[in-house]
Amino acid sequence: MSTLVEGLFNGFSIGSVLLIAALGLAIVFGLMGVINLAHGELMMLGAYATFVVQNIFKPLGEPWFSLYIIVAIPVAFIVSATVGLILERGAIRFLYGRPLETLLATWGISLILRQFVRSVDWLLFISIGVFCLLFFGGMKLVKRRNDWLRIKNKVIALLLFLSGGIAIAFNSLLSSNSTLTKPWFSARNVDVTAPSWLRGGTDALGFQIPYARLFIIVLTIICLIGVYWFLQRSTWGLKIRAVTQNRTMSSCLGIPTDKVDALTFALGTGMAGVAGCAVSLLGSVGPNTGQNYIVDTFMVVVVGGVGNLLGTVLAAMGIGVLNYLIGSGTLALMLTNINAPQGALDLAFFFANSSMAKVMVFALIIVFLQIKPAGLFPQKGRTAEL
Amino acid sequence: MSKILEIEDLTVSFDGFKALNNLNFSMNTGELRVIIGPNGAGKTTFLDVITGKVQPTEGRVLFKGKNLKKIPEFKIARMGIGRKFQTPRVYLNLTVRENLDLVCNSNKNVFSTLFSRPNNNETRTVGGLLETIGLDTKANLQANLLSHGEKQRLEIGMLVAQSPDLLLVDEPAAGLTDEETENVGALLLSLAESHSIIAIEHDMEFVRQIANDKVTVLHQGALLCEGRMDDVQNDPRVIEVYLGETPTTS
Amino acid sequence: MARKDEGSRMKDETGIQLKRKKNKNRLIEVGAIIALVIVMAVLLPSVIPAFRLRLIGRFLSLAIVALGIDLIWGYTGLLSLGHGIFFALGGYALAMHLKLQIPEGQIPDFFTLYGVKELPWVWLPFHSFPITILALIIVPGIVAGLIGYLVFRNRIKGVYFSILTQAALLVFYNFFNGQQKIINGTNGLKTDTEKIFDLVVSSPNVQRTFYIITVILLVLIYLLCRWLTTGRFGRLLMAIRDDETRVRFSGYDPTGYKVLVFAISGTIAGIAGALYTVQTGIITPSIMQVAFSIEMVIWVAVGGRGTLIGAIIGTMLVRLAQTFLSESFPEIWLFFQGALFLIVVTVLPDGIVGWWTGYGWDKLRSLLGLKRSVVTYPSLAEDPEVQREIGEISENK
Repeated sequence: MSTLVEGLFNGFSIGSVLLIAALGLAIVFGLMGVINLAHGELMMLGAYATFVVQNIFKPLGEPWFSLYIIVAIPVAFIVSATVGLILERGAIRFLYGRPLETLLATWGISLILRQFVRSVDWLLFISIGVFCLLFFGGMKLVKRRNDWLRIKNKVIALLLFLSGGIAIAFNSLLSSNSTLTKPWFSARNVDVTAPSWLRGGTDALGFQIPYARLFIIVLTIICLIGVYWFLQRSTWGLKIRAVTQNRTMSSCLGIPTDKVDALTFALGTGMAGVAGCAVSLLGSVGPNTGQNYIVDTFMVVVVGGVGNLLGTVLAAMGIGVLNYLIGSGTLALMLTNINAPQGALDLAFFFANSSMAKVMVFALIIVFLQIKPAGLFPQKGRTAEL
Repeated sequence: MSKILEIEDLTVSFDGFKALNNLNFSMNTGELRVIIGPNGAGKTTFLDVITGKVQPTEGRVLFKGKNLKKIPEFKIARMGIGRKFQTPRVYLNLTVRENLDLVCNSNKNVFSTLFSRPNNNETRTVGGLLETIGLDTKANLQANLLSHGEKQRLEIGMLVAQSPDLLLVDEPAAGLTDEETENVGALLLSLAESHSIIAIEHDMEFVRQIANDKVTVLHQGALLCEGRMDDVQNDPRVIEVYLGETPTTS
Repeated sequence: MARKDEGSRMKDETGIQLKRKKNKNRLIEVGAIIALVIVMAVLLPSVIPAFRLRLIGRFLSLAIVALGIDLIWGYTGLLSLGHGIFFALGGYALAMHLKLQIPEGQIPDFFTLYGVKELPWVWLPFHSFPITILALIIVPGIVAGLIGYLVFRNRIKGVYFSILTQAALLVFYNFFNGQQKIINGTNGLKTDTEKIFDLVVSSPNVQRTFYIITVILLVLIYLLCRWLTTGRFGRLLMAIRDDETRVRFSGYDPTGYKVLVFAISGTIAGIAGALYTVQTGIITPSIMQVAFSIEMVIWVAVGGRGTLIGAIIGTMLVRLAQTFLSESFPEIWLFFQGALFLIVVTVLPDGIVGWWTGYGWDKLRSLLGLKRSVVTYPSLAEDPEVQREIGEISENK
């Protein structure tokens, strides 16, 4: 019995990580129809933000250091949300209504972000600053001209070329300076040390429950309530839902759809940051951290059904529990206890490790989609399938 | 007279909202029936159910005496029901001729489509249809270069190419100029000589042009009244539904 | 009446003109293909060094996958992010055969690492060369068809399809990684030191043969795709891409078509995978990493989706750029690749070939002072009557 409870708890714990990671994705996909393949990389940014906050707090000594995680959560949110905002304004807003293109574009972004984390140093940072200054400054100056619309494309191309060239020249000029070219993080993984009150665990239910896991579960619940409250009770939430329902009509009623898009995307990516902060407690963080989560979280969204928080919750928990029960061998153990037939036992043991469990869970998801192709809570009505 | 379409106690509900409510309907072979009704009366859902896009929650749909429940759309289409959508849906990246040829294909299985070449019969049908819909001079143009009215005509042509027994036409006059509307109306009337047609329409002028047989009025998913155009027009219930008030008898 | 006669005469004329133009284009195409084959298969091997030839052979086998991806994405509108599966299946099939070129009764040496004494049953058919060839064609096709059937029959499409193929890819990746005792897990199968028909696989002569086979297969598969995408079947694929619901209401069942075309695409990827493996020297599960399968898509996007030649051009260009950049500036390559994704979808959605036929060609013609080629309403724009009127109007101004 206690094995089952332990299995369930661990499953929920995996599920809550999946859920917190999938929450932002569900928002962006459900409300905007945007597939964000860079979601994992935004999580990674959140994790790196946590790492930076930790390093800032380290010299401050004990009472303060324990609290860094509380500060890190909003910081991670803000960092990821800001990057998300830039992405939305800079690229994704041109691609609304073309989901497959968005998918490719966000993949491109994720590649850039991964390499950025590996090679970012002061020099790159400054060079990007120089580029932005020249490019956007130049744009601002030229925009004042009356014939702006006519020369727009040429000016953008020219400015891009010029400021890019200057930035690269600047970069190579300073590249001999070793303090500037020391990478911030490098390609190696970094470790986030959990504060002392999150280390260790309790034996409350007859088995070891790590505090870090409990913390993630609590954080997930808080995020869930927060998102629910924001979407259902706040004015901006109402506007977001209105735009999701009918973009043209909302725009006619004076809802700034541009702002709503940006806000929704920022909210979704911000949640990715919080998720990144959470997963940084579970193990070391590297440029490829995000990749480990992206497919699983998409499965959560697909199984849960689009635009339904309850579906997302149930799907995350279901996938988490199944993954753990199969992968840890708990299922195989239970089958042994009840003297299951040899065939079932062999099968259970064959899938009893974490990578084979994924194979099994995927097979189950495909079977599930044969019964409910649109997920747990499909959208109904005349407009649902067009 | 044999019935081509019979609908018995049809209810369709989406999460409790009843788009169609206990609807009974039937029409004879060879009839041109016009269905009118205010927005949200369930007209499009009505077509969705007949073509198999939406499954009935209760009740049944009989086409030539055969129940259509659980039959996939493409099979219903092969049984002889053709549908024209509200906005013209033609294949924009194919030429007019290719559009018609695709629908005209007599054997629509995967491998026969892959290996067979269009036979003389089909080529002749396509040629004839191009003339009927008046697009023979534009046969080799891509469909996305056509005007809205031409697309409407092309889509009706594609319907006919399917050689269906029952044509379902959803608002064929939407977004057309008066002249184009008349063209489409004339086209429908000439088609009505050899097909059964259900036309859904908002434009009363157009309805008057084509409604030689009965007109059916839908309201809130149910049948409000049915009869000849003149009778329907003077029915107080219809006027109330459309204008939102009871006519004062003077 | 007279007017109508004139109209039909004009229509027939344009019909004949179209046919002539088509024939002329076809001649040009056939000529170009023959010339390219001669250059690639006969001249190139004697000119450039062996290791470069091997590299180009790899690129060409990747171009074959790109053709398969173009078939399903460019023409049918299904974006698969899981072609690595079929690519790897083809590669593993051939690699398993090569691994078995050892004295009777022995088993490949890596098995001893895991204490496996007996050859697993999946390996048994691969003793035979014909069965191997059959398997590397059929197995990826069947797997693709099966995945396609399970997904398409529920009308799962668009991004959902893409996500599911990606998940399937990850599943296969995990499976191959986890099964050391069957296929050597992460270490993969090394083919370079094995023998085929008693010749060492990595020897220059064998490699040159593989290269020539790759060129020939690329042409054959290109022709296959040409045949599939022209004619009714191809038009139906485009119809499915543009409006699947309409296709269904026209009496076609799109599921069968999509399954078939996805299976064909999988088969093509399998063949490409086998060619790639022998020209790389090893196959490991890392070929099924998520990134590689998305990369395949970008080759097609760069070249121009919906144009078969674009898929080949795109693959060659991107791979050449990658070789050059990652040799000299390894850091920049990922930035460049990311930027490529962004640029292609925002600025160059039709790819290089699409840009060229839609814009570049006309621009070049006008620069050379030639007549613009006419896209819309040829009957109007080329009608002498209309031309004269236009001339009169401009004279009056």
